[in-house]
Amino acid sequence: MENNMFLTLLTFSPVIGLVLLAFIPRAQVGALKLIGILATIPPIIMSLMMYAGFDYTQPGLQYAQNVSWFSIPVDQMAFPVAYQLGVDGLSMPLVLLASIIGFFAAIAGAVFIKKRWKEFFILFMIMLIGMLGVFTSQNLFLFFIFFEMTLIPMFFIMGIWGFEQREKAAMKFLLYNGVGSAIMLIVFVALFMNVWSLSFVEIKEALTNPISPFNIQESPSYITAGTRLGFFIALLIAFAIKMPIAPLHTWMVTAYRESPAPAVLVSSGVLIKIGAYGLLRFNVGFFPEAAQQLAGFLAALGVINIIYGALLALVQKNLKLVLAYSSLSHMGIVLLGVAAMNTVGFQGAIFQMVSHGLVAALLFFIVSVIFERTSTDELSDLGGLAKSMPFLGGIFLTAAMASAGLPGMSGFISEFTAFLGLFKEMPVLAAIGTLGIIFTAVYLLRAVLGTTYGPTPERWLKLADVQPLEALPMIIVLGFIVLIGVYPSVLSEPMQATLQNIVPRIGG
Amino acid sequence: MESRWGPLAQYDWSVMAPEFTILAVVTLMTLIGLFTSSVKDRRFIGWLGILGCIVAAWFVFQNVGGGVVEILHGSFRVDAYGNIFKLIFLAGTAVTLLMSMNYIGDGEEIQHQDEFYYLALTALLGTMFMASSADLITLFVGLELLSISSYILVGIRKNNLQSNESAFKYLINGAIASAITLYGISFLYGLSGTTNIFLLAERLPEAFMAGNQFMIYLAFFLLFIGLSFKIAAVPYHMWAPDVYQGAATPVTAFLSVVSKAAGFALILRVVITSFIGVVDFGSDGGEPVGMIDEIMLIVGILAAISMIVGNTMALRQSNVKRMMAYSSIAQAGYLLVPFATFTVLMFEQTVFYLIAYLMMNMGAFAIIMIVTRDRDSEDISAFAGLYHRSPLLAIAMTVFLLSLAGIPISAGFFGKFYIFMSSLVMQNYWLAGIMVATSVVSYFYYFGIIKQMYMRPGETDSRLAVPASIIVIVVLAFIGTVGVGLVPGTLLDYIHTNFPFAEMIMAAK
Repeated sequence: MENNMFLTLLTFSPVIGLVLLAFIPRAQVGALKLIGILATIPPIIMSLMMYAGFDYTQPGLQYAQNVSWFSIPVDQMAFPVAYQLGVDGLSMPLVLLASIIGFFAAIAGAVFIKKRWKEFFILFMIMLIGMLGVFTSQNLFLFFIFFEMTLIPMFFIMGIWGFEQREKAAMKFLLYNGVGSAIMLIVFVALFMNVWSLSFVEIKEALTNPISPFNIQESPSYITAGTRLGFFIALLIAFAIKMPIAPLHTWMVTAYRESPAPAVLVSSGVLIKIGAYGLLRFNVGFFPEAAQQLAGFLAALGVINIIYGALLALVQKNLKLVLAYSSLSHMGIVLLGVAAMNTVGFQGAIFQMVSHGLVAALLFFIVSVIFERTSTDELSDLGGLAKSMPFLGGIFLTAAMASAGLPGMSGFISEFTAFLGLFKEMPVLAAIGTLGIIFTAVYLLRAVLGTTYGPTPERWLKLADVQPLEALPMIIVLGFIVLIGVYPSVLSEPMQATLQNIVPRIGG
Repeated sequence: MESRWGPLAQYDWSVMAPEFTILAVVTLMTLIGLFTSSVKDRRFIGWLGILGCIVAAWFVFQNVGGGVVEILHGSFRVDAYGNIFKLIFLAGTAVTLLMSMNYIGDGEEIQHQDEFYYLALTALLGTMFMASSADLITLFVGLELLSISSYILVGIRKNNLQSNESAFKYLINGAIASAITLYGISFLYGLSGTTNIFLLAERLPEAFMAGNQFMIYLAFFLLFIGLSFKIAAVPYHMWAPDVYQGAATPVTAFLSVVSKAAGFALILRVVITSFIGVVDFGSDGGEPVGMIDEIMLIVGILAAISMIVGNTMALRQSNVKRMMAYSSIAQAGYLLVPFATFTVLMFEQTVFYLIAYLMMNMGAFAIIMIVTRDRDSEDISAFAGLYHRSPLLAIAMTVFLLSLAGIPISAGFFGKFYIFMSSLVMQNYWLAGIMVATSVVSYFYYFGIIKQMYMRPGETDSRLAVPASIIVIVVLAFIGTVGVGLVPGTLLDYIHTNFPFAEMIMAAK
């Protein structure tokens, strides 16, 4: 096993910022903000380097590191826990996504956070480490630890810097996700008990290779289809909370309404993608047969998410809630891509994860800018903002278009591939699902037009347009959105080999 | 060689050096206290006690790895099991003394300062005897020494009504628990004619085969119920909230850590050793079933109820010490899980968790003491805005609470994880499930304090003055909690290699 330190450096690079922040006095706000933003740049540079150096043809792990950490004696054996990092085509786009959103959210922090910057950025760095670590870890135990590392700082950020109902939202977030991670932990340990390994690659090999003892009916360590189905369903529940899938989504609505901008950016941009990532990596990767069996169910859940989310988004009177339900709806498309159980569908799912991550972060950033200027996010109070804030109006419309899936943007290619994958397998559900695209266009246009166009009330005439610091990340993110839209190979090629490695096992 | 002292002279008394040290220090403390009654500041008595703990710990380390030694006709036994528990007790008591320096130093609340210090040490002596006893009589003597000292410690704030009530409740309940334990012991003696636990292990199976099943089960239950008092587990847990609330905070910390650990030392040693040999072949000559297997299930159920009761009742508390009492009941539930799964590693798991518990709970109580005394309120809202008053204390408290809740990366997480895993290995899924589910419930109240510290404005923003000794405790506990969380392997390996527990259930040759 090669032992490459690169991913460790990448994952823990925010530590530099953390240490620097700890030594800056809390009164030096400018310095704190500057360090907070600058500290998120090394992960971007390093993940771009990783992207560039990635070998497209190789399906397995790259930049892998494997160091033994400790072992816990259990019964007659030991439970060896290793420190294992690595990326493949599935996790690599998400590492890049996490670092881009990290940078974006840090700027949002500098712009929108109004007190206690030092603590904010320190917590933010811990969360960033967790986010990067979740996608780079190749070991169930490590995955769990990084997963928890995103939860706790998020709880603090929501609870300290949020709006009126912040404490309630933070508690709800913590309990829902706590239940999710508890279920996940049980499955992980139970999995270990069965296959005696914690490494993703080894577990996948053990569970899917037809000649491994776990798959031969006569072998004593054979794992029955029923057990596998049980694991699958338990994991599905855990990730459904995280993702979120209706009806386990209520924490998200409260959280997005009450959280400060950077927390919403991170959550909608990255954290809910962890659920989808887990679904692909663990549910589909480890239990392809069970996934195949439940594909119809997953697709149905996906369609419910899309339609339910879209309908609710349609009737919301609050801009943030429109976007929150829109996120729910868009995660349904990820689910559809997964349910397709073929290369195209998976590709669509990952495309949608990345695309929605960027678009949702951008949209929430825009709403925060509006809220900052007007102190309201009620649709009825807003209107005609384009007159005083033309740049913002333009970006908002563009982002909404990207979200609605306009060709030339990342949303289009994502939805297109996800539905393409599903149409092959379940045309009826796919057809119903496409209704969501129409709804999306309707509710987003309603929201955008309702805020930026129409007559401008007196009180909104003197609003300042977007400042350079706000414009910079918006343009960068929009650049990525367009880049993926016009040149999708930039995303699809690296993941091709990995996905092809998953799919033959499913027989799709 | 004949001597006028008889067999007494032939024992290797040096293995009892830790106990002698504590005894000598207690004596010294009373004498010094007597001759220096004019000195106003009594804290030097406490320092003497801490010094005693350190010297005793050094002697315990001398015994580590020395094999099993039995003296006093097999009733006092020095082995790995006893040694590690003694280290926990010594550390816990030293921290308690250090904590109480400030508690006692200011104000007139505790008028008998000297007594406070040496009662803590006599309680400690009791626990040390409990850890080393291989005989029911020694065991009981140790237990009573601990109990009587604790009763007085709980009531030592004699002008405080709540403290009086607590002491009274503790005394009555404790006396009943002792009586129940003793009643159980009397059955065991009646059935086997011996009080030595290794002889018991040999003779109980015979008694069992002779048709005394019911009596043996009864003895077990009486013993277990009596001892569950000390560990504050269901079914004898009701005293804990009142007593924890009424006792002086250092005493509460002592009860929750040292006294509890001592209870576990007893339960694990006595119950397992005495009952392990009892096998029920059944009336129809079917497969033999060890009595332990049946006991396991019952202990499992009690563990589950402890976790459920502790964690759900804690949700409703607004007094922080009451909340910690329910938390402590819940933790006792977690600690009983290894017993219910019964593997060769159960001692290791328990000890690992107890060490983690020692660090996180002592740290938490040190902070609770400072905060509640400063605000003159034990309500959870006393913690409001603590972060602004003393960021470091708030951060440390957060770590302790996260550790108690079982969130990585902390000692508490690994302790819980270790227990959890072993119960899954033994296919005790329901117990593991309850453990995880109640842990999630516990987030609610542990994070409730965190919420107060960071998210609520306090009545005052003035900096909180933290005495140096408390800083020492908090820093040590913090380093320990996080350190064990990052590299749990070090402590695990140390316990695994230096304290071979298998020897505890075998009689020394």
